Amino acid sequence: MEAAIEKTNKAQLQKEMKKQQRKLMLKRLLRSRMALTGFIILIVATIITFAAPLITSHDPLQVDPVNRLQAPSADHYFGTDDVGRDVFSRVVYGIQESMFVGLAVAFVTAILGIIFGLYSAYYNTLDHIIMRINDGLMAFPSILLAIAIMAALGPKTVNVIIALSVVYTPLIARVVRSSALVIKEQTYIEAMKSMGGSSNRIIWRHIAPNTLSPLLVQATFVFAMAIINEAMLSFLGAGIPAPEPSLGNILYDGKNVITKAWWMTLFPGLAVILITLGLNMFGDGMRDILDPHSNKSN
Amino acid sequence: MEKKEPLLQVTNLKKHFPIKNSFGFTKNHVKAVDGISFELYEGETFCLVGESGCGKSTAGRTILRLTEPTEGEVIYEGKNIVDYNPKEMLNIRKKMQMMFQDPFSSLNPRKRIGTILEEPLDIHGIGKPKERTDIVMDLLNRLGFQADQYYRYPYEFSGGQRQRIGLARALIMNPDLIICDEPVSALDVSIQSQILNLLREIQDEFNLTYLFISHDLSVVRHIGDRIGVMYLGKIVETGPTDQIFQDPKHPYTKALLSAIPSPNPHRKRERIELNGEIPSPIDPPTGCAFHTRCPFAMDICKKETPKNLEVESEQFVACHLYTEEGAKEKEMTNA
Amino acid sequence: MSEHLLEVNQLKTHFKTETGQVTAVDGISFHIDEGETLGVVGESGCGKSVTSESILRLLNERKGNTTYEGEINYRGKDLLNVSMKEMRKIRGNEISMIFQDAMSSLNPVYTVGNQIMETIILHQNLSKKEAEQKAIDMLALTGIPSPEKRIHEYPHELSGGMKQRVMIAQALSCRPNLLIADEPTTALDVTIQSQILDLMEDLKKEYDMGIMFITHDLGVVAEICTRVIVMYLGQIVEEATVKDLFDQPLHPYTKGLIKSIPQLDGERKKDLFVIKGKVPTLNDVPKGCRFASRCSFSTDKCVEEEPPTFEHTPEHKVKCWHYKEILEKEGADFGKERTTTASH
Repeated sequence: MEAAIEKTNKAQLQKEMKKQQRKLMLKRLLRSRMALTGFIILIVATIITFAAPLITSHDPLQVDPVNRLQAPSADHYFGTDDVGRDVFSRVVYGIQESMFVGLAVAFVTAILGIIFGLYSAYYNTLDHIIMRINDGLMAFPSILLAIAIMAALGPKTVNVIIALSVVYTPLIARVVRSSALVIKEQTYIEAMKSMGGSSNRIIWRHIAPNTLSPLLVQATFVFAMAIINEAMLSFLGAGIPAPEPSLGNILYDGKNVITKAWWMTLFPGLAVILITLGLNMFGDGMRDILDPHSNKSN
Repeated sequence: MEKKEPLLQVTNLKKHFPIKNSFGFTKNHVKAVDGISFELYEGETFCLVGESGCGKSTAGRTILRLTEPTEGEVIYEGKNIVDYNPKEMLNIRKKMQMMFQDPFSSLNPRKRIGTILEEPLDIHGIGKPKERTDIVMDLLNRLGFQADQYYRYPYEFSGGQRQRIGLARALIMNPDLIICDEPVSALDVSIQSQILNLLREIQDEFNLTYLFISHDLSVVRHIGDRIGVMYLGKIVETGPTDQIFQDPKHPYTKALLSAIPSPNPHRKRERIELNGEIPSPIDPPTGCAFHTRCPFAMDICKKETPKNLEVESEQFVACHLYTEEGAKEKEMTNA
Repeated sequence: MSEHLLEVNQLKTHFKTETGQVTAVDGISFHIDEGETLGVVGESGCGKSVTSESILRLLNERKGNTTYEGEINYRGKDLLNVSMKEMRKIRGNEISMIFQDAMSSLNPVYTVGNQIMETIILHQNLSKKEAEQKAIDMLALTGIPSPEKRIHEYPHELSGGMKQRVMIAQALSCRPNLLIADEPTTALDVTIQSQILDLMEDLKKEYDMGIMFITHDLGVVAEICTRVIVMYLGQIVEEATVKDLFDQPLHPYTKGLIKSIPQLDGERKKDLFVIKGKVPTLNDVPKGCRFASRCSFSTDKCVEEEPPTFEHTPEHKVKCWHYKEILEKEGADFGKERTTTASH
């Protein structure tokens, strides 16, 4: 009986503590104006991504030569492009595409980056090899490297993700490695060794969780950079193939008629700027929120 | 005098860290531990004492093979564990635990106290998760924690409490030997006394042997049965605590004892001032390592390393003031 | 009254934190005279470092992060009211500070000589050459061998003890009237510590300055201080001469502190005295006596009412309601008890 009571107490206590912690995080997020602004922008972008079919009334691919290069109106909020497609729909689907590519790249680089980063921090010999490859990859200007990979693989959405992941994994690996190197020297790691903990246990259970916050922050930045670079690749014709609406493609189409139809470049351009700005603000804010030092003061 | 079998015997243990130049070639060694020998008997507290850089912490780590020894033997229950493979070592790690100095970095900030304490049981595959929780709860209870603290994170605890958690982690496997590496130096005096009392209580209760590493002589005097004084990677004097404090033989021990500030304004101690600073362990002085600072240094001290001699019962000193060669030189200079 | 070198009067230091205002130093008064060493003793979080930082106004005062009450009189000036510009003239020149962590208190990218010269040039009208000579003299004064070579070395080339000597040389280079030493020997080995303590004692005599010596080590206090204040949770609980403090401590906290350190003489292997409980946090300060919850003599009065500071003798003050009764009960032989155990 008593034991049972104690057990429910324990469970409750645990729940409550988790709740408290979540509350604290939320409180900090709400107080940090920058993080909050970024967060709201991201929420809007996410809603747009998922609700794309609901908020658009035109097919982004449907060509309508009669109504080409129309200025923004009640029917076409952002006007139409040089072959009469609805720019609003194209921007909305472009955002969807960009968000997808960005998120996928952030995810893939985070996974690869943490693996490479942790192992190279933990094993000296491996470190030399992985970090030299890293240096090699980072020596290329990122966009040139991405173009080269795209040229080899051919223009396809998946290939964009692959190319950008190759470009940005070294960045994440470095960040993870440098924070893992610090954590590796902490006494609790030595304590684990003294108790007989295996290397994999130490790496994944003790070092990895402590590198998560810098990783998360860096992944947000990679997300932003991936969106810019995807737009850049598509703009250069090395990204997502042409009729597909992607922010880069719309910008490319708008380039030729920029003097006649400013809306074709303004709106997708704004979308790129706002989303990357939002991501960067969110990332910066997260860095402050996740910092374990600010945890202590409470 | 009965000759007991020691629980742990360290013979000529050395740890030299290589210093590499920019091409990756070893150009020199830091001789952190340079041939130390001592025995630990069951149930006793043996203290390694010395100033920073004397190699006392490295000695503790090398014994546990947290760094691999360069040379020497560590004999535990009759077997040399330096030769053990990782699997055999895992068994030894159950019996030898370590308690660390820094209460802040020695606990993983992202784990709950319960998880931290259950981990060693998990590593060694002891009990089911529920049983582990019970074991940990019991121990926490024993060390004066409340049940709800099982779910708390390290940052919610004070330095003294964290140090008790560190002790709990060492105790959870029910070890024979705990190597305590400066366990109270980061604590306030009133907390320090709590931990020292607890260490002594626990020693009787769990039948523990301590290797206690510290720079604080008053703490060492309080807790130690026997003391080994280290200087530049070597043990210069070993003996029972009372004997060493009443009648230190080695000039370094004498100087060290005289330098402790006493919390008693009436007792002005006769100080033996040591000149200069500890030489670098990369290139330690020849002969007796202490001769550069020793007020009694003779010619022979620069040339020959003094042997470890039993000057009084159980009190061993490595100093030429007590060797035959030293006596000869003294005679010569007197004549 | 004004003949004291420094007189702190009812100083309060408030901090703004995430959870509201916190008063780290709460109404402390003390004074330091020329040529004396005042020990400030207490455990971590008692406000001893905040006190010294308040005297030098080193805390971040922007946006009301730190606010002060009371006064700090130094040579007819209230340091809490002077402008930052004036404060900068006083810092390092008339009042200097040395820190515990010599390692991070010296800038690794400048040579030792550069750092000492910087202070000298800042406050004194000397040419670079003269300043260099002065720096060499200062280093020689602190017992550093071959100072003319050492001034060209970088901090990482020096050992801990040497760095602390450099810090002292830097702090004393402008002949301050008051030196604030915040745990200057805590990070050092005992043999080096005794060298540094001797050095500070010699320099104090030579310069006739006042030293405020902040430490948690009662042994060091007994060795170097003339008078001592004991702090607990932002308040001074006892003020006495060194001899009085160790022979006849009046406050239960002071007694507890003295009894809880392992002795160098007397019985070994007996249980050490433990002050029960733990220090309350500054967010949750008890309304009566701050030590009441941990004190074995506490009564309802202690819990309800904050004790004033009683004058046992003009030199010996204590903030405890019951110090007289305790003194009667325990007898005046606290010190004797310890000295008798010493002869075991």
